Amino acid sequence: MIKADALTKRYGPKTAVEGLTFTVRPGIVTGFLGPNGAGKSTTMRMILGLDHPTSGTVTVNGRRYADHPAPLHEVGALLEAKAVHTGRSAYNHLLSMAATTGIRARRVREVIEMVGLDEVARKRVGGFSLGMGQRLGLATALLGDPATLVLDEPVNGLDPEGVLWIRTLLKSLAAEGRTVFLSSHLMSEMALTAEHLIVVGRGRLIADTSVADFIHNAAPNQVRVRTPDADRLRALLFGPEVRVTGRERDVLEVTGVSSDDIGRLASAHGITLFELVPQQASLEEAFMESTRDAVEYRVAEGAPGPARTAAAARHRDGEVA
Amino acid sequence: MSAGIVTTGAGPGFVSRAAGHGRVTFVRVLNAEWIKLRSLRSTFWVLVAAVFLVIALGLLVCVGTVDRWPNTSAAEKARLSPPNASLTGLYLAQQAIGVLGVLVVSGEYATGSIRATMAAVPHRLPVLWAKSVVFGAVTFVLMLGTCLVAFLSGQAVLAKEHIDVSLSDPGVPRVVVGVAVYLAVTGILAIGIGAIVRNAAGGIAIVFGLLLVLPEVVRALPSDWQDRITKYLPSEAGQALTRWHPEEGALSPGAGITVFVLYAAATLAVAAVLLRRRDA
Ligand SMILES: Nc1ncnc2c1ncn2[C@@H]1O[C@H](COP(=O)(O)OP(=O)(O)OP(=O)(O)O)[C@@H](O)[C@H]1O
Ligand SMILES: [Mg+2]
Repeated sequence: MIKADALTKRYGPKTAVEGLTFTVRPGIVTGFLGPNGAGKSTTMRMILGLDHPTSGTVTVNGRRYADHPAPLHEVGALLEAKAVHTGRSAYNHLLSMAATTGIRARRVREVIEMVGLDEVARKRVGGFSLGMGQRLGLATALLGDPATLVLDEPVNGLDPEGVLWIRTLLKSLAAEGRTVFLSSHLMSEMALTAEHLIVVGRGRLIADTSVADFIHNAAPNQVRVRTPDADRLRALLFGPEVRVTGRERDVLEVTGVSSDDIGRLASAHGITLFELVPQQASLEEAFMESTRDAVEYRVAEGAPGPARTAAAARHRDGEVA
Repeated sequence: MSAGIVTTGAGPGFVSRAAGHGRVTFVRVLNAEWIKLRSLRSTFWVLVAAVFLVIALGLLVCVGTVDRWPNTSAAEKARLSPPNASLTGLYLAQQAIGVLGVLVVSGEYATGSIRATMAAVPHRLPVLWAKSVVFGAVTFVLMLGTCLVAFLSGQAVLAKEHIDVSLSDPGVPRVVVGVAVYLAVTGILAIGIGAIVRNAAGGIAIVFGLLLVLPEVVRALPSDWQDRITKYLPSEAGQALTRWHPEEGALSPGAGITVFVLYAAATLAVAAVLLRRRDA
């Protein structure tokens, strides 16, 4: 259990984290989302007592991190890829970490094998690829078999097998009753791994909710309807929350009404439906929607790449049609 | 490499008995720092180079002394300190040890490994003490051995002109052990400076400034100031312990090394306060 209470961090004039209050519960994987510079890494460093909060507190299992007599067994952390001396081998890095709380060399070999680094464990970390560095970071986090895991972008740089592995691992660790807190920018991966989300923007809390609720609230579900009587059906769909758009002729995209209700309505009025498909918004869309005003570092308008948010694009395209 | 991740054993219940539940103790932090020190190849090679250079430079100076001896003036002959001649390598060694001491700390900041270190030992200060103890002890033991070899081989050269001294002569053991002590304290001082500035270039510049440049600056001052200040400079004070014939106006060996140790202690104290206060 991680508890942050009015956590605030300023670096000179820059407020990185402002008044964050949240609880990360054991037994589930909690995702930590936010645009670049939102304060995720800063928050994680404060959890580990590496950065001192300007005000507010954060505790792990009821104590400040530094007050735990055996910190590596309490919290396993992956902070940045390669928080390791580049001149040292992976094995010696882990061995030196292990030595601080008397973890045996056998455990070091165990975690090396667990993350698949056996063949390069004796090589200098300076020559590691991004993904190998991440694996070493994960090995470090798992070393003390901790009750709580704090992982800053752990899947960053991992190959598909590694991504799948860590998803499975984190879920099973949570299922054992551990607390798992991870940040990531990979929304599809987060949607598969996390059950609960803490979303921040510009250092402030935007959402603290389950993944399902977050998606539902930020980007309501849509129903795609294909019917030859599109105009007639459109006229029947009204209400304060109802929104009907359509990109193609014969196709309506409806929000604010369930597919069940649309089906009943169509049937009552003798309208033929060819398709009636509930479409769940993605976590990515929900994230873009809810952090739109909190994005600090935005791609320039007109620059190559998707400068508009997906959800915004969906609305605009719909309105044009 | 094959990056195959082992999925078996990583499933639920991978609780490992080998992980244990140990607490952080000072002895364990010492062990961790010892592992770190011995597992950096660059450190190893710098130390090896220091050992050879100290011995080689001592030999070189002794060979030169013997070679010039017939043409040396009586005044100069009287000034010769045979043990110090064979230990001239001190000046090279203090640079190597000074650089390494800074790197022991700044290297962790440069690579980001300091965060792993501080997460493992969140009270932080044990890390600073352990680094000092480990690096100081390694330097002392290694340099004591090196000094013995340099002394014995240098004296063997000087014996050609019968100007050698023996380890059992008065004051000689103090000189040989004193050089190792001086270098160990130099290493600890450098660790403190590295922890304060956290940056290799800055730290090394300060160490050299303190040990090499400062005495030159003071030499440029009016002579009555010079007399008052010089003996209290870190390198002058510390090297008082290493001189067979005490220099005119210098501190006594005991007082000198005490002053030098106080410099190192004060530097470490500042480093400790900053280490607790600053973000890692
Ligand atoms: N040591 C520091 N000194 C000054 N500013 C800092 C420091 N660390 C972080 N910041 C600033 O605080 C803000 C939050 O940074 P942080 O790294 O926590 O964001 P993040 O959410 O992890 O972003 P990303 O998704 O890009 O990793 C940024 O504006 C950053 O520039
Ligand atoms: Mg970050």
